[in-house]
Amino acid sequence: MTTSWVKHRTTIFGAVVVLVTAGVTAYALSAIAENDRRTSTATDATTTSLTQIEQGPRILFRHTGQDADYGHVGAVALTEPGGARALTGLSCDRVYAQAGSVSCLATERGVVSRFRATDLSTSTPGKRWREVDETDLPGMPSRTRISPDGTLVSSTVFVNGDSYMVSGFSTRTVIRRIGGASYGDLEKFRLVVDGRRVAPVDRNIWGITFADDDRTFYATVATGGRTYLARGDLTERSLTTIADHVECPSLSPDGTRIAFKEADADGTRWTPAVLDLATGKRTVLAGETHSIDDQIEWLDDDTVLYGLERESEPVSDVWALDTSATATPRVLIPEASSPAVLR
Amino acid sequence: MYLSLSDRPTTSTGAEPRSTGGRVSRTVVTLGIVSLLTDISSESVSAILPLYLTAVVGLSPVAYGLIDGLYQGVSSLVRIAAGWAADRTDRPQPVALAGYAMSAVARLGLIFAGGFGTISAAISLDRVGKGVRTAPRDAMIAASSDPAHLGRSFGVHRALDTIGATLGPLLAFVILWRIADGYDTVLVVSLGFAVLGVATMAFFVPFRTGAVRRISPRREPRAKVRWRTALTPGLVRVTGVSGVLALLTVGDGFVYLALLETGGFAAQWFPVLYVGTNVAYLALAVPMGRLADRVGRTRVLVLGHLPLAAAYLCAATGSGALWTTCAAVLLLGVFYAATDGTLAAVAGQLVPETVRASGIATAQTAVALARLVAATGFGLLWYAVGPRVAMLAVCVVLLAAIPAGLTVLRRAVR
Repeated sequence: MTTSWVKHRTTIFGAVVVLVTAGVTAYALSAIAENDRRTSTATDATTTSLTQIEQGPRILFRHTGQDADYGHVGAVALTEPGGARALTGLSCDRVYAQAGSVSCLATERGVVSRFRATDLSTSTPGKRWREVDETDLPGMPSRTRISPDGTLVSSTVFVNGDSYMVSGFSTRTVIRRIGGASYGDLEKFRLVVDGRRVAPVDRNIWGITFADDDRTFYATVATGGRTYLARGDLTERSLTTIADHVECPSLSPDGTRIAFKEADADGTRWTPAVLDLATGKRTVLAGETHSIDDQIEWLDDDTVLYGLERESEPVSDVWALDTSATATPRVLIPEASSPAVLR
Repeated sequence: MYLSLSDRPTTSTGAEPRSTGGRVSRTVVTLGIVSLLTDISSESVSAILPLYLTAVVGLSPVAYGLIDGLYQGVSSLVRIAAGWAADRTDRPQPVALAGYAMSAVARLGLIFAGGFGTISAAISLDRVGKGVRTAPRDAMIAASSDPAHLGRSFGVHRALDTIGATLGPLLAFVILWRIADGYDTVLVVSLGFAVLGVATMAFFVPFRTGAVRRISPRREPRAKVRWRTALTPGLVRVTGVSGVLALLTVGDGFVYLALLETGGFAAQWFPVLYVGTNVAYLALAVPMGRLADRVGRTRVLVLGHLPLAAAYLCAATGSGALWTTCAAVLLLGVFYAATDGTLAAVAGQLVPETVRASGIATAQTAVALARLVAATGFGLLWYAVGPRVAMLAVCVVLLAAIPAGLTVLRRAVR
């Protein structure tokens, strides 16, 4: 170690500090400016009033345009999904709606981020949505669904055991009666895997879809590195696996088929697929070549919807895809995610 | 049972003079500042990683679970190898510097990473870096300190380290609060702190810090450094006792979850508990180090598990009262303050100077692996008998293990 090094090291170090600080500060300032510019720009999309849209069948969604309405709940007419949208002031990470009920899962960012589930009632068209229920969530919003009659709501969140010593990342899924009692954590339900009653430590349950009888539902159950489709029963508080290799199920309006996402061998890419409940026949919708990460929604008995992020920018679009193996997907609603069809 | 130092082998020829008497060595403080900067960098990313991976990159929880496993496992595997490399080359400084540099490169990788493969590569590199630097750095702390004040030196280092670990997440959340989806900004800021950490290490911790052999103009034939040399009877006993106690250390996460189950706090305050534990840790790291220097380090190392047992008791019996939550959170901090730096201090003293990094790495790896086993095993127990009974059971076994550990170590180091 030479003396000149000792003499100059403070100068060199000072230069490094100045360079790093200047670089990081410049980056942060430009990010702040970009953020402020984005959140103060009005949306490019054609808009209309909610009263207008609520006259007929519609699709509710989360607006994803990089503008002042980013993250707000929007709605378009079912007959003209690419047309004018109505935007509300309600901000959600995930949104779903059925028969006069809306479920909104939202993050309130802060030094301590809070996660909240809000249930709203839309019973009178054109009138302001009324808040019915509000509960704290134990983690980051992932999925929400409402039963066809609008009485039951489910939410799935990611709970992470944070920070250093603890490992693991799991989901927590609950089903509640809107404005009423909760059925509690679904991990406490009796679990039957391949005909055997089990109680594995590593079980994770996510992605609920409801049947129309007020007690049956379907869910993904993961344990031992495998994912199953399970049929749940709210009265018996049970979950019974009925198929293998199914994630985020979604029951078709006629109740005969389950749309889901199928993982590849690594478990890092998903393709939409459809399972016929009566015959067990699977159809992989390979026309979609992107990996999808969404709980699929049914537009009608032959078409599925899902949100997909663009490759170049953090904007999602809602895509529609026919349930045949060769169909190619098309954008149904641009700048949107979390679609919910209200027929 | 104070450690006997009379049988320590060679004389010290470290490049920096050891501190004597009252002051903490400048090298220790500098290493602490390096750790502070690096921890701001790594903990700000850790805090947003789940959100970033699932919300922005779009990985599912299952894929994230794989990454998390990588995160835990990789670090402990390379630690012993790096400790041995530091001893073998007799240059802990460049080995540690390489570890810090790897983590900085990993940050850069994370900024440009797009898919599962690149992200897991970046995260593995970060963990390898952490595994590489830990033991050589602790060996440098030991080499730069007056043996009589070793506990305090480690206390000072761990306090600075924990300040970084506390500031990191706060910084990340301030950025996300100001810039919605500002994950890129968090990654860039994190890279900045990592670079400053590496620069501080490179410029202000001399190359020969912690070196044992005298520098000679001619290359003298070097004695082969074997890892086995580090396995002195004393180190084996300390590693064994610490390993057994670590098997009964179920992890903060479970203590917090048990408090959550008993209704001690609302779920969204979960991250604040870590901050609480960290604050208690950083406030007590130096006093605990001083205490260890005065009453015996192995004694503090073992008895430091008493606050852990008390934290279990709070979690098991807490009936939702706020004070039990606060007590458990603070007791965990006391536990870390009493044991984390002390383990490195004890291990570094029980082996010849020439294999100090290997000795420290051995003890730390045993503890890290035992804690992984403990977390998995406790998970099973939790589901089998419920949180309260499981916590009480571990508490009782731990209380029985503490006096046993004291007895074993009294024989070991007398």
